[in-house]
Amino acid sequence: MNTELFGVLITFLLTIILAIPLGKYMAKVFAGERTITDFMNPFERLIFRISGIDPKAGMNWKQFLKALLSINLLWFVYAFFVLIFQNKLPLNPDGNPGQTPDLAFNTAISFLVNCNLQHYSGESGLTYFTQLFVVTFLQFVSAATGIAALVALFNGLKEKTTSNLGNFWNLLVKSTTRILLPLSIVMGIILAFNGTPASFDGKDTITTLQGDTVQVSRGPAAGMIAIKQLGTNGGGWFGANSAHPLENPNYFTNIIESIAILLIPMALVFTLGFYLNRKKLAYVIFGVMTFLFLVFVSINIYFETKGNPAIDRLGVAQHIGSMEGKEVRLGSAATAFWSIATTSTSNGSVNGMHDSLTPISGGVAILDMMINALYGGVGVGLLNYYIFIIIAVFISGLMVGRTPEFMGHKVEAREVKIAALITLLSAFLIKSGTALAAYFVSHHPGLAWSVKPAAWLNNPSYHGFSEMLYEYTSSNANNGSGFEGLGDNNIFWNVTTGIVLILGRFLPIIGPVAIAGLLANKKYIPESAGTLRTDSITFGGMTLAVIIIVNALSYFPALALGPLAEYFSLK
Amino acid sequence: MSKRKHEIKLFEPALVNTAIKQSFVKLSPRLMIKNPVMFTVEVGTFVMLAVVLYQLGTKDSTQGALWYNIVVFAILLLTVLFANFAEALAEARGKAQAESLRKTREETPAKKVLLPGDIFVKEIKVVPSSQLRLGDRFVCEPGDVIPMDGEIIEGIATIDESAITGESAPVIREAGGDKSSVTGGTKVLSDRIVVQVTTQPGETFLDKMIALVEGASRQKTPNEIALTILLAAFTLIFIIVCVTLKPFADYANTPITIAAFISLFVCLIPTTIGGLLSAIGIAGMDRALRANVISKSGKAVETAGDVDVLLLDKTGTITIGNRKATNFYPANGVGQKEFIEQVVYGSLADDTPEGKSIVELAAKQVNPNLSPDQFRDQHLAVHNAPVTFIKFTAETRSSGVDLPDGTKIRKGAFDAIRNMAQKAGNTVPKEVEEQVKKISSDGGTPLVVAVNNEIKGVIELQDIIKPGIQERFERLRKMGVKTVMVTGDNPLTAKYIANKAGVDDFIAEAKPEDKMNYIRKEQATGKLVAMMGDGTNDAPALAQADVGVAMNSGTQAAKEAGNMVDLDNDPTKLIEVVEIGKQLLITRGTLTTFSIANDVAKYFAIVPALFIASIPALQHLNIMGLKSPESAILSAIIFNAIIIPMLIPLALKGVNYKPIGASALLRRNLLIYGVGGVVVPFIGIKLIDMLLSVFM
Repeated sequence: MNTELFGVLITFLLTIILAIPLGKYMAKVFAGERTITDFMNPFERLIFRISGIDPKAGMNWKQFLKALLSINLLWFVYAFFVLIFQNKLPLNPDGNPGQTPDLAFNTAISFLVNCNLQHYSGESGLTYFTQLFVVTFLQFVSAATGIAALVALFNGLKEKTTSNLGNFWNLLVKSTTRILLPLSIVMGIILAFNGTPASFDGKDTITTLQGDTVQVSRGPAAGMIAIKQLGTNGGGWFGANSAHPLENPNYFTNIIESIAILLIPMALVFTLGFYLNRKKLAYVIFGVMTFLFLVFVSINIYFETKGNPAIDRLGVAQHIGSMEGKEVRLGSAATAFWSIATTSTSNGSVNGMHDSLTPISGGVAILDMMINALYGGVGVGLLNYYIFIIIAVFISGLMVGRTPEFMGHKVEAREVKIAALITLLSAFLIKSGTALAAYFVSHHPGLAWSVKPAAWLNNPSYHGFSEMLYEYTSSNANNGSGFEGLGDNNIFWNVTTGIVLILGRFLPIIGPVAIAGLLANKKYIPESAGTLRTDSITFGGMTLAVIIIVNALSYFPALALGPLAEYFSLK
Repeated sequence: MSKRKHEIKLFEPALVNTAIKQSFVKLSPRLMIKNPVMFTVEVGTFVMLAVVLYQLGTKDSTQGALWYNIVVFAILLLTVLFANFAEALAEARGKAQAESLRKTREETPAKKVLLPGDIFVKEIKVVPSSQLRLGDRFVCEPGDVIPMDGEIIEGIATIDESAITGESAPVIREAGGDKSSVTGGTKVLSDRIVVQVTTQPGETFLDKMIALVEGASRQKTPNEIALTILLAAFTLIFIIVCVTLKPFADYANTPITIAAFISLFVCLIPTTIGGLLSAIGIAGMDRALRANVISKSGKAVETAGDVDVLLLDKTGTITIGNRKATNFYPANGVGQKEFIEQVVYGSLADDTPEGKSIVELAAKQVNPNLSPDQFRDQHLAVHNAPVTFIKFTAETRSSGVDLPDGTKIRKGAFDAIRNMAQKAGNTVPKEVEEQVKKISSDGGTPLVVAVNNEIKGVIELQDIIKPGIQERFERLRKMGVKTVMVTGDNPLTAKYIANKAGVDDFIAEAKPEDKMNYIRKEQATGKLVAMMGDGTNDAPALAQADVGVAMNSGTQAAKEAGNMVDLDNDPTKLIEVVEIGKQLLITRGTLTTFSIANDVAKYFAIVPALFIASIPALQHLNIMGLKSPESAILSAIIFNAIIIPMLIPLALKGVNYKPIGASALLRRNLLIYGVGGVVVPFIGIKLIDMLLSVFM
């Protein structure tokens, strides 16, 4: 058990050690300074020339968002149709069928919004072509979109007064060529050397020790697994994601993949410090995120390594913890750590089944996705955290008797309105989605749909409720992991979660970028002795309090009816 | 804070009665909708009323016991009434405060001057003050109470303003200067003045302020709007929580009564701050008024709390009045007594405050029993022939007397007297020159005395810095407010006084446009500037400043330009105004935090109560050990209701402001109102539940 804890600790420390230099490097990339990746210059210039883009042309927040949203719409249309017609396209050695329109809608949206709410299994639901040119492609550009939006926020904070948030196209391209591609190449090679397939051949047939033959799916998986971890997308090549022995072969790859989940989101926090030259602010933000992250990790490791009380009562010893839905080669502690890493960062990859987590761990995973700002998805995590900062700034500004200001700009009614709406949005999407599903399950269980509401839930009672709650929380957070007991590949779930995915992705990008644009346009107010410092531990504590209170107030009843009720009943 | 003569008790019975009546009047939905949080509570109350009426009609018991629903209805109604009461009480207090000032100017006879066009030109007719209109002129003679606010256009008078300011020492008001305004209700003690009415009846600043307090013309300040939005968002979140709870409960096979839903909702939404928000705003203006400052809008008070730069006139704010003589330094070979004698003669013609202070000091040193005037007369009486006064002129830059015996005594600036002496072939004594330099470098003003063009010694004039002013500036610095001294002195003297008083910056040799330029410069860097002024030439700067406080004694133009008027004419008042502004924001912030933090305990009371029947395991969440689901819900809503009146004193008096730095202040307030906000309701709800369990 101590070895397992040590493994978790090493993983986390290694992540921090790697994240700091990466954060510094990214700050240089965004500032246009010289970096070791300058050899990409000709390639980028080629892209800009072909697309007729002037990468130096500044954009105000409206132009920036317009560019961001229009290219995303284009990608959606492209992905939707390619998925439907994938059976007619090349690179389909296993002869997999095209997707149904509702599944294609859900899949396209899912990857567009940097999520992996895969209501299919990769082995049978996609072809190599769509794995590469839809899923992997979107895994790169959706992550780059998030980073670009975050840098727009940085640019708004960097200048005293400006309307220029940077050029979206430039940031999109450079995030891909300078950050995501190089890191993915390194990681893909590591994975391939550890046994992850990287082949265009179809299914392989092997004979097991028992003598029967088994079909084993494979494909060019290593590269995609690298970007799904690094880009906080999480969409696995195989249905079982990183619990699959080919997707995550051994404890070493598990460490690499765990680090990859947290690396860029964590590094971006440091980037904020380097890019804005406000290192202390970055450390305070990092501190708040890390504090809550470690609290969650500790809770989950405690409950997962302790085992299930119901099994205890049967007199069965659980020395290695609760192993239902976990991989023996990884262990309960590593899975508990991953469950928090993946839900913190809206990654959504799993190395064990979250449906099988003990009630409190499952509840913490849900809560973690509700907060969705502990490091968070690449780029968007910090944007979410920024919303909490705005609310914390507003309330604490009042508490010290000054009209609130953040980094030299007054926070007034308009910004508070946007921040409040974004906060409200999560609660609205998660709770109304779950309420709708619960309504059908309890009032119309026998509806003549392809899958009857009564058949949605694999588990009755509290856990069934948690399955629904998890699905919508995961959708809103663009996380993508699921309590997989839920029968979710049908029109109701595909469409409703699809809508939640879109709203849960783009509004929380639009809101913070708009606030950044509005604030940056305002007159700059120099700091004085009366200014409330936002890079102090006190203010960090205030932000932490806002995060906890807002989420506790929004979700306490739902969490009480799902995970808490299950936990207390099991006790 | 300064004098609080018009102190009104917090729960003055007469005011409480008015407020109680008003709380019912304010139940009108048209008025309630202005406060979205409390409006939703009122809607909830009506729904409960409907439930009660339905039960009375149908004897349906699926919605719980009738008595229980009636109690819930009553408590919700009380919640709304308490919030209304808070607002009404704040209004009543503000109004009473303003009225007590207005009372001083009720119907008084006015001696109206008839103008050309009237039958008897310049004749005086006694009319009631209410008949005076803008532009009318009236005469006041000793003993008259001034009937209306106005500006003196003729004459000079001493006036007793104690009715307004509480200050018993009479003040001088005269036509033409910066001290030309008189206030209705004050009393003329000597001389005759002609005053022109400057405002239409019912449109004085006080009238405007009363209208603000009464709510008719009260507009929400930007900050209040932002907070209202945030509170509305919280309310919406709790609407979502409560609405979605219905399908959740259905899924868990738990019936939930309407009363329980509404109770949960009302407990969760921020009723505490929602109910007290407008009371806090009104109380801010009221506190300003209590400090004898009339604010023309609620926003002005709020902005004051944000001010970054304070422009303060040196004279009267930082130093006491004018410069005063502090020392006499005779040249070598001149006796102290002889020199004083010469000094006194040299100053006889100088009736500036500085000149008078020289005679004063001399009198004190020679014969402490005599008053300066007696001392002065004594000196004049020595000579049987009249002495010739030589007045100060810009060319000679000196003044003095020619005595009947031909002795010429002159006193003036060093270089003027030096030139005079050198022209006559006399040298300047070395020790005098050194003394002059020393005095200058100490921030003082040296005046040199010559007798028959021979330099006899130096008089030192010094500014006297007000006692305690350094501490006030220190306090301001801790608040993050930069203080700037404005003075006509030369830069050297200004710098010395600035350092001594502890101001951060100064404007020396200031002309009126310098103030304006300084304000513009600071505002261009995003700072908010406050200043105080009285003269007509201050008016543009007062208008430009974010907070402009005009002295009541100042010209009408100045008063129109500023956004506050100080009835006390106290230049240090700005400092108080800043604190009142900060207090206003802090009170809002802390009560918001308190209100929201309260919800944690309420969740722990109500959520287990709702589900315990069907999910017994949730009993573990009943950490307060409340007796029954019914008592738990009632305890929560009772706590929610009574916390409003319990916080009224805090809302009206304001949270104490301590200038301890922003971070420390945040820590302190988070600890008291954040952590306190979490803990207090746990205790409160438990106590109420114990009390209820006696009856239930």
